Amino acid sequence: MTEATATPSARSPWLTAARWRGLFRDQPLIPLLGLLALLVVLTWLLRPALVNPGWAGVIVRQSIPLALLAACQTITFLTGGIDLSVGAVASMSGFVVATLVGPAGLPLAILVALIVAGLAGVLNGIGVGVFRVHPLIMTLGMSLVVLGLANVWQLAMVQTGAGVPSTLRDLGSGTTVTLLPNSLVVFVPVAMFILLLLWRTGFGRLLYAIGDNPVASRLAGARAWQVLIVLYTISAIIAAIAGFILSGLTNTASVTLADSYVLPSVAAAVIGGTSILGGRGGYAGTIVGTLILTVLISLLSALGFPEAVRQVLFGSLIVIVAAAYTRVTDAS
Amino acid sequence: MSAAAPSVTTGRTISLASVAKGNSWTLGLIGFLALLLVFTKLIQPSYGVTGVQGLAISVLPLALAAVAQAIVVISGGIDLSIGAMMALTSVVSATLMKGQTDEFGVVVVVGVLLLGLLLGAVNGALVVVTRVPDIVVTLAMSFVWAGCALLVLKTPGGGSAQWLKDLVSGSLGNEWIPKAAVVLISVVALVWIPLRRSRLGLSIYAIGSNRLAAFRSGVPVGRTRIIAYVLTGLFAALGGLSLTASTGIGTPVPGPYTLMSVAAVVLGGVALSGGRGGVFGAIVAVMVLQLIRTDMTFLRVNTNLAVVAQGAILIGVVMIGSLIQLRRARG
Repeated sequence: MTEATATPSARSPWLTAARWRGLFRDQPLIPLLGLLALLVVLTWLLRPALVNPGWAGVIVRQSIPLALLAACQTITFLTGGIDLSVGAVASMSGFVVATLVGPAGLPLAILVALIVAGLAGVLNGIGVGVFRVHPLIMTLGMSLVVLGLANVWQLAMVQTGAGVPSTLRDLGSGTTVTLLPNSLVVFVPVAMFILLLLWRTGFGRLLYAIGDNPVASRLAGARAWQVLIVLYTISAIIAAIAGFILSGLTNTASVTLADSYVLPSVAAAVIGGTSILGGRGGYAGTIVGTLILTVLISLLSALGFPEAVRQVLFGSLIVIVAAAYTRVTDAS
Repeated sequence: MSAAAPSVTTGRTISLASVAKGNSWTLGLIGFLALLLVFTKLIQPSYGVTGVQGLAISVLPLALAAVAQAIVVISGGIDLSIGAMMALTSVVSATLMKGQTDEFGVVVVVGVLLLGLLLGAVNGALVVVTRVPDIVVTLAMSFVWAGCALLVLKTPGGGSAQWLKDLVSGSLGNEWIPKAAVVLISVVALVWIPLRRSRLGLSIYAIGSNRLAAFRSGVPVGRTRIIAYVLTGLFAALGGLSLTASTGIGTPVPGPYTLMSVAAVVLGGVALSGGRGGVFGAIVAVMVLQLIRTDMTFLRVNTNLAVVAQGAILIGVVMIGSLIQLRRARG
């Protein structure tokens, strides 16, 4: 066994390189998990006191809203799109719930938020699918529209006031055992839904097909506009769920709550190995990518790096990882 | 698609009609701007010299950002780090100029422009060498440049040389000609018009409209892409300097310039797929967007609805544009 692997590498070094490339290309999860483990070990070496079950729980808890928003990016990336409206939609949803929970009760408030978010998603989908507006522009414009309307709503709601309902607080920031944040109750089903959607359903395959080759998929009979409308609606709904959890986690209701999560959500999907050009990637990688980012941020703040240095390292990491992916996928 | 309206006129004899046809979008936009100005005067009779000057000053940084974005979009790319580059160049200039002489200010301005070239070169080189999609690279670099800006200056501060401040405020000769507008037009004319008429400018359009065809015609694609990013960096630096000049300080947090520049470029008739449009359309678009905002304030419309209107205009314009293109492709 050891001979078999050692001999070719000794004879022709390029073969091992190609093998590594193959591994990286076909099983991106393995090197990603390696990178995550490396970061955790590094954290443990540099700050031994920090790494304990409680820390892991905090990491998971903080990753969940980001992982949900990164899910929106992952599924839209697959079709060659992007959803930059997730920040505005998530903030709006959290805010609507916080303002409506008093007069209308929690279930109704959540329902209203989901409907409004879904509407934004349908409009995104119509713009991208029917009118062929570039997804970047469509979702960017939609985020302006949603933000503005949320602000109008905020002014109308000044008298009633807003408060994050305790249920959401428990859900977002509570933990059952130190290791298990309550928000897993929401995250696990959503994540399973996305994973199964991509792996096991015809809809999932259509997403890959449209992203991989729009012309071929059209000739094969796929109606891209229908797929895209459903896709962007799902994306907006997931963003709304992320908004509920985020408002619970931070105990704030603000119309700009999730704005700072938009670029990291793109970064998490990119690091997770989903190509922004479409047709390649998956949600499992994105989840690991999110954990990598969260651990990295935790490590850098534990080391006392100022925010500025963190941002620089953050950006550099994205370029390096994305370059590595491009290198191995282009070599095939 | 591009045969219907060639955006690059290479012929020696350029008739007025062909210029009008090639720039129909920009001309339409200018007409719309004129209508908006008339409308503004109607709803706010006191709108006059101060209004125009305010418009010119508030438009300046955004217009330079839009020019920066337009150049890279024409070359078939996109730069999401423009806002961060503006913040970085602004804080660098403000930090260096604080309490220094006017002569030193000149040195700083030249240095900051060189810095802009360097930032753009780094962006472009990364895009070309790593072959990572430009959205991802420039998004990541926006973190890097914003982080650098925070390293230079933690909180808004610094200062500006007096001549730089004077350069953008007030008017030149006639009180209806704001200095900011003169600066904008002369800077853009100095860089863009010679560029567009040169071989390099043609190459930038060529790689934007069809990269493979450009490559096969002997255009050095990689080098031209990097140069497009370098020019974007230069205009981002000019935008950063204009921020320092108009506010008198440097602010390390990027403003909304990146996203607004994308919006202005699209509204200005530059196709996101590359190879079409010009910088003047983008500048007019910036003025239109700003004036709509002003009008909404005059009409006492909720400012938040103004944001909604901006988003709706952005989407609507692109929708109409792509509908026209779809019909053309079918017909």
